[in-house]
Amino acid sequence: MSAGLFVFAPGFFDNEAVHVALAVGTAVAIVTAVVGVFTVMRGQSFAGESLGDIGTTGGAAASLLGVGPLAGFVAIDVLAAAAMELVGVQRVRGRDLATGVVLGAAIGLAALFLYLDTTQGSGNGSTVTILFGSIFAISSATIPAVVALAALSVALIAILYRPLLLATVSPEIAAARGIPVRLVGALYLLTLALATALAAITIGTILSTALLIGPAAAALRLTTRPLRAMLVATAIGIAAVWVGVVLAYDSYHWPPQEHGWPVSFFVVALIFLGYLASGLVKWRQEREA
Amino acid sequence: MMFEGFMVNAWEVASIVAVVAGVVGFFTVLRGAAFAAHSIPNGSFAGAAGASLVGLGTLFGLGVFAFAGALGIGLLGRRGRHDAVTALMLVMMLALGALFVSFSSEYAPEVYSLLFGEVLGISANAVLPTLLLGILCLLVVAILYRPLMLSSALPEVGEARGISAFAMELAFLGVLALATTMTVPVVGTLLIFSLMIGAPAAARSFTDRPAVAMALSVAFALAIVWFAIAASYETNWPVGFFVGTASAAAFVLGRVWAYARARMGRRPSARPSPS
Repeated sequence: MSAGLFVFAPGFFDNEAVHVALAVGTAVAIVTAVVGVFTVMRGQSFAGESLGDIGTTGGAAASLLGVGPLAGFVAIDVLAAAAMELVGVQRVRGRDLATGVVLGAAIGLAALFLYLDTTQGSGNGSTVTILFGSIFAISSATIPAVVALAALSVALIAILYRPLLLATVSPEIAAARGIPVRLVGALYLLTLALATALAAITIGTILSTALLIGPAAAALRLTTRPLRAMLVATAIGIAAVWVGVVLAYDSYHWPPQEHGWPVSFFVVALIFLGYLASGLVKWRQEREA
Repeated sequence: MMFEGFMVNAWEVASIVAVVAGVVGFFTVLRGAAFAAHSIPNGSFAGAAGASLVGLGTLFGLGVFAFAGALGIGLLGRRGRHDAVTALMLVMMLALGALFVSFSSEYAPEVYSLLFGEVLGISANAVLPTLLLGILCLLVVAILYRPLMLSSALPEVGEARGISAFAMELAFLGVLALATTMTVPVVGTLLIFSLMIGAPAAARSFTDRPAVAMALSVAFALAIVWFAIAASYETNWPVGFFVGTASAAAFVLGRVWAYARARMGRRPSARPSPS
């Protein structure tokens, strides 16, 4: 058996689910890396993580109303972002409180919607699917909407880039130069909501948070330049997704037999290791300097 | 009836949980540690899944993962961005949970109860462990009270007086882990998180004095939980829904109160005259 066959189990390159997973995973990795660098720089990881969780409330509501889940995820995340902004997420002090209150209320609603979902008899296993998502469960019909949302998020970041960067690094100087700091922050939060909704529905909330925060946090330990950090984060994210999908495909032959290990486990573990490795690299750089 | 038979367990356990959440939550809000308060309970559910896989007790698995998560956040947070590290620890624990869940076939329904709680179904033998862990948790807070309060409110002053902010951070995260271990198996992660944020945040809007705020926080938490159990009993809707929304409502109420007071303070002439 050649080395190639050993890494890529038979059928890997012909598998439709694998193709979709790789395509969607790559698109999401790019968007989350670009958006995530600002999330980490602005210290809004909690908001990013929460919006992923809150998306599931929209998913549960959508399944209750019989609407497509993507609409539910996007609608609830935009609403939640507006609520966080209203409660005061823009101030550093009290930011995590604003996020936490919105998150608590949203999960409370999710509990209700999931309860109503199950009592009205539309499937019992949906809880776990909604909560964890699965990259192998994406239908190819959702791809156009996902790509459109991804493009919109990246376009918003591109438009906001300069004022957002200044407002992030030094709100005082930005304000002095006439940049509407609060508006820019609110627009960024909207972008974060769109990106998180799209990530959460395609790859699940766990992976969505992992890809949003992990590669960006690792990249920002290696370089302080935002554009370079975005490139590095994108590379880390894509590498984690691809290696993770390959490992998950291989794991069908691992114990316990007959079903594979979850992709999310592999991708998150790789990202986590990548973050630890970035700390090591930084530590060595500091020691040599 | 609402106060008979199995319901007594629910009232007792929920009241113990509310007191602990009110006290621990006060420090959570003071320290701006809402993300950790969300992540440690949420991530620790993976421990429950892992424990059931290898045949150990749920409480043991929860405890191990809660403390491991707390330690990870504390240690990694020392050199990295605190919120990014918290997010990474959370997703790592959840990913392990997804792995454990995928190994076992019968776990799915339990996920719901660990996340959202099944307060009305609490059995009598859950009361004693909850009470003991609750007392332990409050005891730890009582011992740490002065240094933790100083280090949370004025970290620089604390450092100057020889109180290590890092040690206090680890101690606080440990208290969070302890509170998680005692509360998650009985009431779920959502309930404890909402209580820990909503009640103390509301309390702080009504007073500036720490001890009063903590007492108010406990009172609010108790009121929220009691209301939620009664409402859940009447409507059959999940307790988590009522706790989540009532906590948010308490927070909004506190904000409105603080806002109104600030406005009246600024413009004394606008104060309505007593009639």
